[in-house]
Amino acid sequence: MAAVTTTPRQKAGWGVANFVVIALALIPVLWLVSLSFKTPAAVLDPSFVPSQWTWANYSGILQSSQFIRPLINSIGIGLISTFIAVVLASMAAYAVARLAFPGKSVLIGMALLIAIFPQISLITPLFSIERSLGLFNTWPGLIIPYVAFGLPLGIYILSAFFREIPWELEKAAKMDGATPFQAFTKVIAPLAAPGMVTTAILVFLACWNDFLFAISFTSTTTARTAPAALQYFSGGSVFTVPTGPIAAAAVVITIPIIIFVLFFQRRIVAGLTSGAVKG
Amino acid sequence: MADIVLDNVTKRYPDGALAVDKISLDIADGEFVILVGPSGCGKSTTLNMIAGLEDITEGELRIGGKVVNNAAPKDRDIAMVFQSYALYPHMTVRQNMGFALKLAKTPQKVIDEKVNEAARILDLTQHLDRRPANLSGGQRQRVAMGRAIVRDPAAFLMDEPLSNLDAKLRVQMRTEVSRIQRRLGTTTVYVTHDQTEAMTLGDRVAVMRNGILQQVGSPQELYDRPDNLFVAGFIGSPSMNFMPSVVEDNTLHTPLGDVPLTGRLQRALEQARAPRELIVGIRPENFEDAALVPADQRSSGITFRASIDVLESMGSDVFVYFTKEFGNEVDAAELRELAEDSGSADVGVRNDAMVARLDTETRAAEGHESELWADLRTLHVFNPADGSNITLDYGADRAVGGAAPATSPAAGTGRGAGGTGASTDAPAGPGTGVI
Ligand SMILES: Nc1ncnc2c1ncn2[C@@H]1O[C@H](COP(=O)(O)OP(=O)(O)OP(=O)(O)O)[C@@H](O)[C@H]1O
Ligand SMILES: [Mg+2]
Repeated sequence: MAAVTTTPRQKAGWGVANFVVIALALIPVLWLVSLSFKTPAAVLDPSFVPSQWTWANYSGILQSSQFIRPLINSIGIGLISTFIAVVLASMAAYAVARLAFPGKSVLIGMALLIAIFPQISLITPLFSIERSLGLFNTWPGLIIPYVAFGLPLGIYILSAFFREIPWELEKAAKMDGATPFQAFTKVIAPLAAPGMVTTAILVFLACWNDFLFAISFTSTTTARTAPAALQYFSGGSVFTVPTGPIAAAAVVITIPIIIFVLFFQRRIVAGLTSGAVKG
Repeated sequence: MADIVLDNVTKRYPDGALAVDKISLDIADGEFVILVGPSGCGKSTTLNMIAGLEDITEGELRIGGKVVNNAAPKDRDIAMVFQSYALYPHMTVRQNMGFALKLAKTPQKVIDEKVNEAARILDLTQHLDRRPANLSGGQRQRVAMGRAIVRDPAAFLMDEPLSNLDAKLRVQMRTEVSRIQRRLGTTTVYVTHDQTEAMTLGDRVAVMRNGILQQVGSPQELYDRPDNLFVAGFIGSPSMNFMPSVVEDNTLHTPLGDVPLTGRLQRALEQARAPRELIVGIRPENFEDAALVPADQRSSGITFRASIDVLESMGSDVFVYFTKEFGNEVDAAELRELAEDSGSADVGVRNDAMVARLDTETRAAEGHESELWADLRTLHVFNPADGSNITLDYGADRAVGGAAPATSPAAGTGRGAGGTGASTDAPAGPGTGVI
């Protein structure tokens, strides 16, 4: 990179371009943050910085079981779905990458099929199924579809990672006295960790952001997740639009994502397999 | 420390490929055995079966007297060095070397001691806390060795451990491997493609072809007394020259000249029910510039003229390449396979191209005709049908008469069996030296 010399003009050009892109992406977010600090009366005030700062929106939603309970649901359902999806996807991807077994191409085909299936078309049948199985408006009622739709992506990402890991490492681990389980946990899994983290982040984001299933398969705050709960917010009176609380809630549900990505960014980028074999 | 016994071990892969066919091999405790053979002959498969990484289809494998056919690799107490080194990239050199001991729940203090000791032997001490990605090829190779020796296992298995190194480093590591093995005295099975490694490293060499063990013996034994055409062609570099020959009227007609058959060779051919058409093999060093051969030795060989195509001076020797018109092609499955393995089939090397190693004193020159002499005492005769070495039991004092513009009178008669005077049944040539 350093070898490529850039003229000051080029540098300036790139700087402007980057600034424009970042500004376009960030202005709506900042606008949302700004809205969340405005009083109900100032919501229609076009100034970017609130003239009068207030925490009322935040304290309001954080005291309301209308929001706290869905937030807990979101976190719980998201984490459980992610965990299950990553574990299952790891095993499936390992098999896809390493073993020749009958029905392998069928498995891959099915996974692809699920990934490209429009979810909206499944709502009605899934709704009926969940009703008759008693899963409607429960955590498993959301976890199961989330895992199902998270798996194909996970299998794709992880099988690519497993394929990269030289098979001889596993043989070496076996020769060193590792059981197959130890070989997987101590050698293969650490090397596939960036893939698992990537998968986990993507699955978690999908669960966290999902609105379609959340609104369709829940009826009360028992299982309703935060994005779905937003639409049930009410204003101070029937005549006020709850713009402030919605903005505050949107900011709150964005924060975990930011933390998540900042925390794992390094691991996603790290290419751990380099140096395993002759370079 | 343990001996390893392969008893009719066979490997058939699930897709039906027969990779190893009834191999029987006794490897003594502390012995260094080399497995060689062309690509795809089943060397790695054999090694992996000993390691426990591949199932054994049939036969029995015993390590230290115990049958281990169904034992997991970890229960065999064997360490393996892989061609790609297979170092764990997420661990430091120290952790790589200590991994096996850690899995075996060895106390940390003992692990540290052993790792430090191995690092000292391998000159890796200052690299212990680095990761494999940051090491050079030679250092990685030594870490791979270190990982094996730290465990003090019953046996080492090495699958082409040096083939990823450049030529100079390979020579250096070769002596290193030899030194370490001598020092530790651990039973070692070493797979290689490399002639020099095969000839210099091992106590014994096992040559494989198409999953079948061809011959096992000390490097010298394989070199001097190859059981068959394949071993003869595979061992030695440059390899043995092969020529089609025909037996007629008690004479062996070779492209180099006619060789009268004396009693013993004749009997050998008879005993082997040899066909009329044979393949004769002669090693490059059994040629000499005729001018440099003392007169009293000439009779034990055959003198011929050849036009030198290429001359390579190596300092200590001179290699000359020449072609001889062959009446018919040398054709045997073994030779075709050898040509494929060495790649000479692809580059279109003619199989009537011959190579001779001459003394540096030679006055042979490129593009000129020279008079060369071939020592017939070391001539090998093979049956083209099955590749067997017909002359095998006729050792160094093979009874072959040297017919040539020979000057000396009959040098003697066949010693030993029969004692038939060579000159009596050699119609050609006035002088027939029987050596
Ligand atoms: N997993 C497998 N399934 C089917 N056949 C295999 C498998 N592994 C190896 N073979 C076949 O078995 C034969 C022996 O293979 P092997 O790897 O032992 O050869 P090798 O002597 O080590 O060759 P190289 O010198 O190229 O490493 C080959 O013909 C190969 O095609
Ligand atoms: Mg191999």
